[in-house]
Amino acid sequence: MDYSIPTINLSVIGPEIIILLTAVSVLIIGLFPNYRRWSISIVFIGIIFAFYDIYYLWNLNQVGFDGMVLADNFALLFDIIFLIGTLLTLLLSGNFINQYIRGTGEYLSLILFATLGMMLMASTNDLIVIFLGLETLSISLYILAAFRRSREDSLEAGLKYFLLGAFTTGFLLYGIALIYGSTGTTNIYSILNFLKDGSVEIGILFYIGMILIIVGFGFKAAFVPFHMWVPDVYEGSATPVTAFMSAGVKAASFAVFLRLFITGFSPIISQITGILAVLAILTMTVGNVIAIVQTNIKRMLAYSSIAHAGYILVALTALSRNIESEFSAASIMYYILVYTFMNIGAFGVVIYMEKSEEEVLKISDYAGLGFKKPFAAICMTLFMFSLAGIPPTAGFMGKLYIFSSAVESELYGLAVIGVLNAVIAVYYYLRVVIFMYMKEAVLDFSYLSARPVMALSLSISVGGIIYLGIFPQSLINLLTNIL
Amino acid sequence: MEFILFYIFGFIAVVSALLIILQKNPIYSAVFLILTLFSVAILFLLLNAQFVAAVQVLVYAGAIMTLFLFAIMLLNIKYEEKAFSKLANLKITGIFVTFVLFIEFMYMIFLRKGLGIAGNISPEKVAEVGNVELIGKILFTKYLFPFEVASLVLLVAMVGVIVLAKKKF
Repeated sequence: MDYSIPTINLSVIGPEIIILLTAVSVLIIGLFPNYRRWSISIVFIGIIFAFYDIYYLWNLNQVGFDGMVLADNFALLFDIIFLIGTLLTLLLSGNFINQYIRGTGEYLSLILFATLGMMLMASTNDLIVIFLGLETLSISLYILAAFRRSREDSLEAGLKYFLLGAFTTGFLLYGIALIYGSTGTTNIYSILNFLKDGSVEIGILFYIGMILIIVGFGFKAAFVPFHMWVPDVYEGSATPVTAFMSAGVKAASFAVFLRLFITGFSPIISQITGILAVLAILTMTVGNVIAIVQTNIKRMLAYSSIAHAGYILVALTALSRNIESEFSAASIMYYILVYTFMNIGAFGVVIYMEKSEEEVLKISDYAGLGFKKPFAAICMTLFMFSLAGIPPTAGFMGKLYIFSSAVESELYGLAVIGVLNAVIAVYYYLRVVIFMYMKEAVLDFSYLSARPVMALSLSISVGGIIYLGIFPQSLINLLTNIL
Repeated sequence: MEFILFYIFGFIAVVSALLIILQKNPIYSAVFLILTLFSVAILFLLLNAQFVAAVQVLVYAGAIMTLFLFAIMLLNIKYEEKAFSKLANLKITGIFVTFVLFIEFMYMIFLRKGLGIAGNISPEKVAEVGNVELIGKILFTKYLFPFEVASLVLLVAMVGVIVLAKKKF
C-alpha cells in the first residue's frame, strides 16, 4: 500500500481560510489596546472577502484533499446562509461588545470560529470532518453561552449546554464508529457505494449508527425529546449569542442531514420515514404548545425555535420518503434561509429593547411600543408575522413549500398536523403584536436611543423576508437545481 | 496464551468498570477507572495495536486521570452526593438505554450478524510496516485535512479556557 500526499487544493477551502485568518488576526489585534477599535472593521472586511470567494467558487464544483472537502453549490449556499447569520448577529452585538468586552477580540473570534465550524460541516464529504466541524462550533458556543462570567444564569447556560453537548457528542461518535465498523469507511460517497453495492448484507449496526447520528444532530437542532436544554440556554446566554445560536446551529445541523440523506444514506433512508415523522410531530407540537404559556420573550422564542425545527423536519421526512424530490430539499434550504432572517431579526428587536441588565424581557413590557418606537414595532410585527406564516412575508412561503412537499410525498396526515400547528403558533406570535399596538404603555421607553447599526441589521432582515416572500420563485428555481 | 490473557484482562476491565459506578467515594471510582483503562490498553496490545495501547496509557490513564483527580479534590464532594440523589428519576432512562446496548452487543456476539466488512490493513501488514509508521502515514496523507482541523479545535478550546478563566477583560 502506498501513501501519497493528497492534492492540496487550497482554493477549495478558500472561504474557510479567509474566516480562519480573520478570526486569528482579530485575536492578535486584541492584544494591542491602541488598535483594538479596528477589530470589528477587520471582521467585516473578512466576511466580505469570504462572500467574494464564494462568488468566485460558485458553479466550479471543486473537490480537494482526495475528495474530503467539497466546494459544490450546496456547500457554498450554506456558507452564504452561515455568513449572513454571522453578519446580522455582529451588527446586533454592538451594545453587548461595548458593555462586556471592551474591544478585546475573543467574542468576535469565537463567533468566527463557530461560523468556521459550520462551514466545515457543510462543505465536507467525510464523517470525521463533520465531527470536527461540529466540535469547533460547539466549543465556541459553550464559551459564548457562558461569556458573561459574572452572571449566574449565563454560567448555568454554558455549563448545561456543555454537559449535554458532550453527552451528545458521545452519541454522534458512537454512531460514526458503528457506521465505520459496518462499512469500513467514513467517506459519505463510499458509504453510498457500499449501500448500492449490496454484496454485503447491511447489518443492524449500520441502522443503529444511522439513528445515533440523527439523535446526535437532533440534540443540536433541538428536536423533541432532545430539546430540554434549549429554553435555559437561550434564556441564560446574552441575546446576540442566542440569536446566533438559534439560527446557525440549526442551519448547520440541517446541512449535515441533507448531505447525509441525499448522498450517503439515500438507498435506505426511506426505511426511517416513520421515525422522522414521529419526531417531526413531537417537535412541532411540544414546541408550539409550551410556547403559548411563556411570559418571557426569550423563552417564547426558544420554544418557537423548537417548533420551527419541527417544520423543517416535516420537509426532511418528505425528503426521506421520496429522496429524488428536489423540491423537498429546496424547501428545506429556503426555510433555513428565511428562518435565519426572521429569527435573528426578532432577537434583534429583543436586543434593542432590553436594558443593560436584561430587564425588559417580559412580553407585557412590549405594551405600547407601537406608538413610542414605531420602527422597532413595525420590524417586530413583520418578524412575528413571518414566524407565524402570514403573507406576504417569507415565512408564509416557507411553510407553504414545506407543507406542499409533504403533500407531494403523500404524507397527508403530517401536512395536516403541520398546518394545525402553524395555526396554534399564530396565537402566541400575534400576542406580541397585540401588546405592542393595543395596550397602554407601562414602561417609558426613554432609555431607548436610536442605534443606526442595529437599525441596519433589522432593515436587512426585514428586506430579506419581504423580498423572499414576494419573489420566492427565482430562489426556489436556484435551490432545486443545486443538488 | 492470547485467549487466556484476553479473558483475564477483559474480566478485570468489566469488573473495575462496574466498581467505578458502584463506589460512593469518587476517588476510589477514579482509581478503578485507571484500572479499566489499563486493562483496555492490554486488550489493544493483544490486537497488535501497540501504538493505541501506549496512547491509551499515556493520555487517558496518565494525563486525563490526573485532571479527574484534581477536579474531584477541588469540588465539594458532599454537595455532589446531594445533587446525584436528585437524578433518581433518570434511572429508568439509564436502565433502558443500557438494556438496548446490551441487546445490541448480545446480538452481535451470538448471531455474528452485521459485523460489517474487514478493513484493508491486515496484522501482517502492520507487522511489516510498523505500527507507528502506518498511523503516521495515514494521518499525514489520507487524513491530512481532519488532522489540521483538529488543531483548530484545540485552538478554540484554548481561547475558550482563557476567556473563562482570566481575571478581567
